[in-house]
Amino acid sequence: MINSLLRNSFLFIVLILVQILILDNLQLSSYAVPFLYVLFILMLPFETPGWALLLLAFVMGFTMDLFEHTYGIHTAATLLMAWFRPGVLRLIAPREGYASNTLPGIYDYGLGWYLKYVVILVFIHHSFLFYFEVFSFKHFFDTLLRVIISSLFTIILVILSQFFVHKPKVFVRE
Amino acid sequence: MRYLLKIIYKYHFFLLFLMLEAIALSMGIQYNLYQRARFVSLSENISAYFNESISSFTDYFNLIETNRRLSLENAKLKNQLQRVYRSDNLFFFGENDTLHRQKYFFTSARVIKNSVNRMHNYLTLDKGSEQGVRPEMGVICPEGIVGITAGVTRNFTSVISLLNVNFHVSAKLKKNNYFGTLSWGGQDYRKAVLQDIPYHVQIEVGDTIVTSGYSAVFPEGIMIGKVEKAIIKNGNFYTVTVSLSTDFKHLVYVDVIRNLQKEEQNKLETHD
Repeated sequence: MINSLLRNSFLFIVLILVQILILDNLQLSSYAVPFLYVLFILMLPFETPGWALLLLAFVMGFTMDLFEHTYGIHTAATLLMAWFRPGVLRLIAPREGYASNTLPGIYDYGLGWYLKYVVILVFIHHSFLFYFEVFSFKHFFDTLLRVIISSLFTIILVILSQFFVHKPKVFVRE
Repeated sequence: MRYLLKIIYKYHFFLLFLMLEAIALSMGIQYNLYQRARFVSLSENISAYFNESISSFTDYFNLIETNRRLSLENAKLKNQLQRVYRSDNLFFFGENDTLHRQKYFFTSARVIKNSVNRMHNYLTLDKGSEQGVRPEMGVICPEGIVGITAGVTRNFTSVISLLNVNFHVSAKLKKNNYFGTLSWGGQDYRKAVLQDIPYHVQIEVGDTIVTSGYSAVFPEGIMIGKVEKAIIKNGNFYTVTVSLSTDFKHLVYVDVIRNLQKEEQNKLETHD
């Protein structure tokens, strides 16, 4: 419990620093804006109670809003994503369910499962975020393209990050 | 009562979500509808500290380019100075001479945070109210206009960039003084859109667009960009695509313009 708390607080700080110090300064194009901080919500343990999930999402989103000067936009998007998380986990659950002492990651449930999990949640987060930021459906397809390219970018970063944050216990799974 | 508590307990996940989401949405909607400086200055103190340390590091990489630009600007200013001195030698102005009154005051500032890939882009400058910066002052760079100051704290200023969908500025064609409203389309950081130029005006590709000076924020004749394309879309007005002269990806030093007669002008204009 304490271990998990420490680990997630550390992750929280690292992700915010990575987002504001590195990713926000990339400025590749307005179509490719990665938001790696959503990894925080993705990495929370399965047993996280619903209220804690929402409160953490609120804190994470609000912190990002403070740094990005966008009041409420990141908060709303992150909350929506956190709200969908238990549902999505139920939807894509493996037949034998989730074992205790495992984390939602590649090493415990495989790349296929993890991709489904990440793609759905990141897409929910990014589509809400970008449409809310534009605040109109005037350039609908233009915004959709931004959502898709940015989501792809974030998803690639999330998958890559798994090789840093999660040390495999077993290298080959039978 | 017990039944109610039971229901609240049963649906607490959904109810808590609704509550928090309502807070977030109302913040977001207010932010989108009323672009107010108070939102910006709220977080300025927190994030400015971080941004300044990043910027002081990344500045080293831009030193060559910055030097080149500064020397170019120096040369330009020296040329102007020559002209000014010559004319000044002919006349002697008394302190109370109303014809020789300074209207604008420039403060140089360094950009410590900048973005171009959002819908609402902002810059942060390393000067604030201690150095005389106030909200709603124009910000320019040697190449052209940059934005308008919004939130000001003691040592930092947040600037609404021209690349912000809520930004509007009065602009005109340099050759014949027809004016319209310039705003950013939200697509490309090198292009803006000028509207409200009547269809009978001759516009050619490459015409210069400058500020009109009607708003008391920017002086007249500050460079904005060149006409790239002008089309008439169902109506009597042109939609002019302007390629901006300011390169927003390379901003390092900018000037904040203080209009010394702004209060006087605003007072007059609000009375009629």
